[in-house]
Amino acid sequence: MNLSVKIAGVEFKNPVTVASGTFGSGAEYGEFVDLNRLGAVTTKGVANVPWAGNPTPRIAETYGGMMNAVGLQNPGMDVFCDRDIPFLRQYDTNIIVNVCGRSEADYVEVVERLADEDVDLLEINVSCPNVKEGGIAFGQDPKALEHITAEIKKKAKQPVLMKLSPNVTDITVMAKAAEAAGADALSLINTITGMKIDIHRRRFAVANKTGGLSGPAIKPVAVRMVYQVANAVKLPVIGMGGIMNYEDAIEFMMAGATAVAVGTANFHDPYTTLQIVEGIQDFMRENAIEDIHEIIGCVK
Amino acid sequence: MSTWKKTALVRRQEILASDIYSLVLYIPEIAKQAKAGQFVTVYSRDGSRLLPRPISLCEADGGEGTIRLVYRVVGAGTRDFSTLREGDSIEVMGPLGNGFQKRDTKAILIGGGIGIPPMLQLAKELEGEISIVLGFRDETFLWKDLETWGNVYIASEDGETGVKGNVLDAIREYKVEGDVIYACGPTPMLRAVKEYAMLHKIEAQLSLEERMACGIGACLACVCQSKEVDGHSHVKNKRICKDGPVFDAEEVEL
Repeated sequence: MNLSVKIAGVEFKNPVTVASGTFGSGAEYGEFVDLNRLGAVTTKGVANVPWAGNPTPRIAETYGGMMNAVGLQNPGMDVFCDRDIPFLRQYDTNIIVNVCGRSEADYVEVVERLADEDVDLLEINVSCPNVKEGGIAFGQDPKALEHITAEIKKKAKQPVLMKLSPNVTDITVMAKAAEAAGADALSLINTITGMKIDIHRRRFAVANKTGGLSGPAIKPVAVRMVYQVANAVKLPVIGMGGIMNYEDAIEFMMAGATAVAVGTANFHDPYTTLQIVEGIQDFMRENAIEDIHEIIGCVK
Repeated sequence: MSTWKKTALVRRQEILASDIYSLVLYIPEIAKQAKAGQFVTVYSRDGSRLLPRPISLCEADGGEGTIRLVYRVVGAGTRDFSTLREGDSIEVMGPLGNGFQKRDTKAILIGGGIGIPPMLQLAKELEGEISIVLGFRDETFLWKDLETWGNVYIASEDGETGVKGNVLDAIREYKVEGDVIYACGPTPMLRAVKEYAMLHKIEAQLSLEERMACGIGACLACVCQSKEVDGHSHVKNKRICKDGPVFDAEEVEL
């Protein structure tokens, strides 16, 4: 039985990784799950310098989901390279580094810093809805996305995944722009911008006023967008958005995702990632699927 | 020390005051390791509520394998917990956080409202002489349990019980003294306790609260502002779930 997949030339032992920002750099969740058993660990966004993030409250629960506006708090690339990469390299799993920035130059600086580091893929976060500058500004305008993708590709030594925002009119336009500029793969979806008001206090539930909605509430939107993108471009897609169990993971793969990322579900149950790996294996066994590729994009 | 996410068996649940519940769970892995000031997260049985609720440990009995959680019903999640009956089961993760640093000196334990519960386990663990100062809005709870372990002084906003006012009014009124303060309660109370401790040049350990998602230090939702650069993100944001919930008063900006 084959569970391994290739994304931009990088072999994954299985198609399961985590969504950036929900898993730190793996250290905390390593207490619950054997990181060796994941296809990849996708890190929290890393910028060129430390970012303090947004004021609290940074999260709010919603029906079947949650909103976050953490604001990409991170220690910056130097601490990340000295501490987090060596930690993750102890494990037999791929490292996908999520890169964030406020300007094109910020992104390029991180990508250049990572060029000689032992990491497998770069995921470019041009879709965070919670930071005022950068982030989503590049993810909602196809020209800006094309430009930053091309600039990053000039400097990157690792394959580049562009992480797309669902907060656009037509996500296939963005996917095509990234493909045209040389992106090696795509990941989607980032969170959907939402708002929640505490009616008793007459206040926004998160300090940032808006937050990124994630969790099973957004899954049908994510599956639809993965399907659209997978059928619009030739690039491999890492699908995510509300995956809670192996059935959800398989649904994304049937829609066209080559791999999947588990996000909010980690907060609901820290063991989710491994349960999904095992669940996919059982599903393949029960359905006599020899190779995971048999199901990727099988629903047209 | 390990962290567990396990199914706990409900031993009993009772109502202590309006919306204040006391829940005893059988979960030996957590009960054996837990110490005062740590917390657990409790998972709702309804899958539409994804995030576990952080609740401080009121008591942990390693011998019996039980933990006691005293919590206030504030929303749908805690309302769900309030319907748990003996024999039911519920998912719990813990023990989480750092807990109080226990000193051998004369201690003042200060609890405000739903910040009172962790003071019970702390009172049981402390060796030295302790004074316990409790602040209530109106209805009182847990003070009888605490009386076994030290002198209890009460303040209530409505003046029905003890001194009319807040915990600091009680400290002044009853001339409560100590060399170290352990406190848990609403932020305005903690801010006042911090000022009091700094004025009197005594150590204060404060247990903070914030909305949490992961509970284990990964998601960076529950940060508080710290005086020094934190060890995780190298900014000035300590993680309440992982670096806390107990902080030295001088370490945090409230």
